[in-house]
Amino acid sequence: MTKFEYAPAPESRAIVDIKSSYGLFVNGEFADPVDGSSFKSVNPATEEVLAEIAQAGHADVDAAVQAARRAYDRVWSKLSGRDRGKYLFRIARIIQERARELAVLESIDNGKPIRESRDVDIPLVAAHFFYYAGWADKLRWAGAGPDPKPHGVAGQVIPWNFPLLMLAWKIAPALAAGNTVVLKPAETTPLTALLFAEICQQADLPPGVVNIVTGAGETGRLLVEHPGVDKVAFTGSTEVGKQIARSVAGTTTKATLELGGKAANIVFDDAPVDQAVEGIVNGIFFNQGHVCCAGSRLLVQESVYDETLARLKRRLTTLRVGDPLDKNTDIGAINSHLQLARIRELAEVGEAEGAQRWSPECELPDRGFWFPPTVFTGVTQAHRIAREEIFGPVLSVLTFRTPAEAVEKANNTPYGLSAGVWTDKGSRILWMSQRLRAGVVWANTFNRFDPTSPFGGYKESGYGREGGRHGLLAYLKAED
Amino acid sequence: MAERLAVKKTYKLYIGGKFPRSESGRSYQVSDAKGRFLANAAWATRKDARDAVVAARKAYPGWSGATAYNRGQVLYRVAEVMEGRHAQFVDEVAAGEGVARGKAEKLVDEAIDRWVWYAGWSDKIAQVVGSSNPVAGPYFDFSVPEPTGVVAVLAPQRSSLLGLVSVLAPVIVGGNTAVLAASLERPLPAVTLSEVLATSDLPGGVVNILTGRVGDTAAWLAAHMDVNAVDLAGAAGDAEHARQLELAAADNLKRVVRAPEAEPEWTAEPGLERITAYLETKTVWHPVGI
Repeated sequence: MTKFEYAPAPESRAIVDIKSSYGLFVNGEFADPVDGSSFKSVNPATEEVLAEIAQAGHADVDAAVQAARRAYDRVWSKLSGRDRGKYLFRIARIIQERARELAVLESIDNGKPIRESRDVDIPLVAAHFFYYAGWADKLRWAGAGPDPKPHGVAGQVIPWNFPLLMLAWKIAPALAAGNTVVLKPAETTPLTALLFAEICQQADLPPGVVNIVTGAGETGRLLVEHPGVDKVAFTGSTEVGKQIARSVAGTTTKATLELGGKAANIVFDDAPVDQAVEGIVNGIFFNQGHVCCAGSRLLVQESVYDETLARLKRRLTTLRVGDPLDKNTDIGAINSHLQLARIRELAEVGEAEGAQRWSPECELPDRGFWFPPTVFTGVTQAHRIAREEIFGPVLSVLTFRTPAEAVEKANNTPYGLSAGVWTDKGSRILWMSQRLRAGVVWANTFNRFDPTSPFGGYKESGYGREGGRHGLLAYLKAED
Repeated sequence: MAERLAVKKTYKLYIGGKFPRSESGRSYQVSDAKGRFLANAAWATRKDARDAVVAARKAYPGWSGATAYNRGQVLYRVAEVMEGRHAQFVDEVAAGEGVARGKAEKLVDEAIDRWVWYAGWSDKIAQVVGSSNPVAGPYFDFSVPEPTGVVAVLAPQRSSLLGLVSVLAPVIVGGNTAVLAASLERPLPAVTLSEVLATSDLPGGVVNILTGRVGDTAAWLAAHMDVNAVDLAGAAGDAEHARQLELAAADNLKRVVRAPEAEPEWTAEPGLERITAYLETKTVWHPVGI
């Protein structure tokens, strides 16, 4: 097979203007934190420091929650649904207008390939605001009673894997339902959220309706535990999700939690192999595997194991790992030094526990955080790499003989976020999808997302749904 | 002629379709509202609670996998058998709650009617809360509700039948199985209901009923790693107990229906909240093409 070499095709970063430092976005304005502390956001592909970011402390979070409360009491709760919707439509349009800028900035701050930020993340962000904008004046049809009410102030904490998309999943339904928000972006990826703050200014969104407080885990804790917050929404690890569930115990605060996963991607012997291989690759190597619903456990029917693995390995040799801003890049940088250490540790555990490790030959850049696409075979259900969320480009391969065994193995996890099924037999797809204990089942596809489509987990993958009418319900209550 | 000597009932637990005594061998006195002896009820322990969870988990695949039509038929059958026990329920509600016979009759009527109301939801709820999702791409995408699993229910302390029905029926109509801790002081209607359930084609283990101190079983149910959701209705008015249970429930992220500040009257027509609280939404995608 001839392998073509690609010339570099870098997307220009001239379109983004990264400031040397950023304050907190509270009450419609950027402000320095009270105690003046800050942290650095780093480009994970180069380790270059991008900007100094304000670290919000207790007083800052308090000020943001108060600003959100004032905006709720004085402005947002008095506005008609139609007008709330118009603000959201404006925001959706500005996101489309500034799409390239947002995509480049996202790739610089997060390390994900520009092909993904440009074609997946940012278009979905705009679509999400568009979708929920239309709900704002139709709430009585949402299924929460004839006159549903917002909760008030929503405290929202999001992860670093899809920074702006997770912001959209949180802010768009909250605002459409009539809540105001204080959002904390992840420590390592705050830049697109801060650019979104500027977009709110351009849209003339009333001050205080959206507040962005930057910081690490402690800032998030201060936010979700703040007594002025009526509704908590969190996307991140199951461990932190449990802490949040404990912190709201005994209160009237509602929480929705979108947490970890260890999805099974199940390939039957009648599956179209080439499509399945593409689905396996998309399932685990999309966004460097930094995906809570990633198909990190491949379950292959024994009779097609050899063929599937051979084709999968051949396909992996064509993946291009490197500069996230290069339009030909398939796999970008690992988001942080910390995450890289976690992936390395679990990969080493995989080897130590007896699984066989394989990666295609690929040259990794000298600077930055990188991990090659990796496949473990000979994995058993007891191995840590089959049980723990690695959150990186690491696939664990197991086998099965019967559909019942596939279901049993797929469900043998405390998680239940997503699953994949590959087969040409329609009745088997439906039989499997009824038995897989997971909030999303992708049949003959994987990692598809849409603003109209509810997403969220069973069991320890959390509770509540985001997306669609179901996602709106998380921000509404039937009565005062 | 001498008055006939009544045959009195032994009030036992209901676990896995059987009526065991507590493994502890203990019981406690149940009195009427005026303090007169009514019966000795079984005093369930942690071991009984665990056995009940095992039974509920074992019954889950069959009950959740039954057709919605079949579940609706079984639940309607429960209402039919309740109707046949109407007089016994009235006696127990009147004695336990200390209400006049007329009031007790109304409460029992309402409880049976509410059971019928919930039974009818079995094959309708998916149409009301499910959806077909118009995604922007060549995919067919739909969302369906599915039961969350095993649900632990702390039954209301005051309303011994209407409250009981109002928290139990919405759990099982969606395909979940239940472990229910009955009212401490007013457990007799719950025990009688278990006898109704046992003779209504409801598979054993779908509902398991424990009597005794909620304090003895609730903490174990709330912390049990094979329980998926918990209804804290029975902890109404005891905020600290409810908070402790919610904390324990967080260990495996159980879905929690919180306790109200005070127990409601249960006479208002219910919404769908108690059904949907124990349902998960599953979304399935498939490509469209030729």
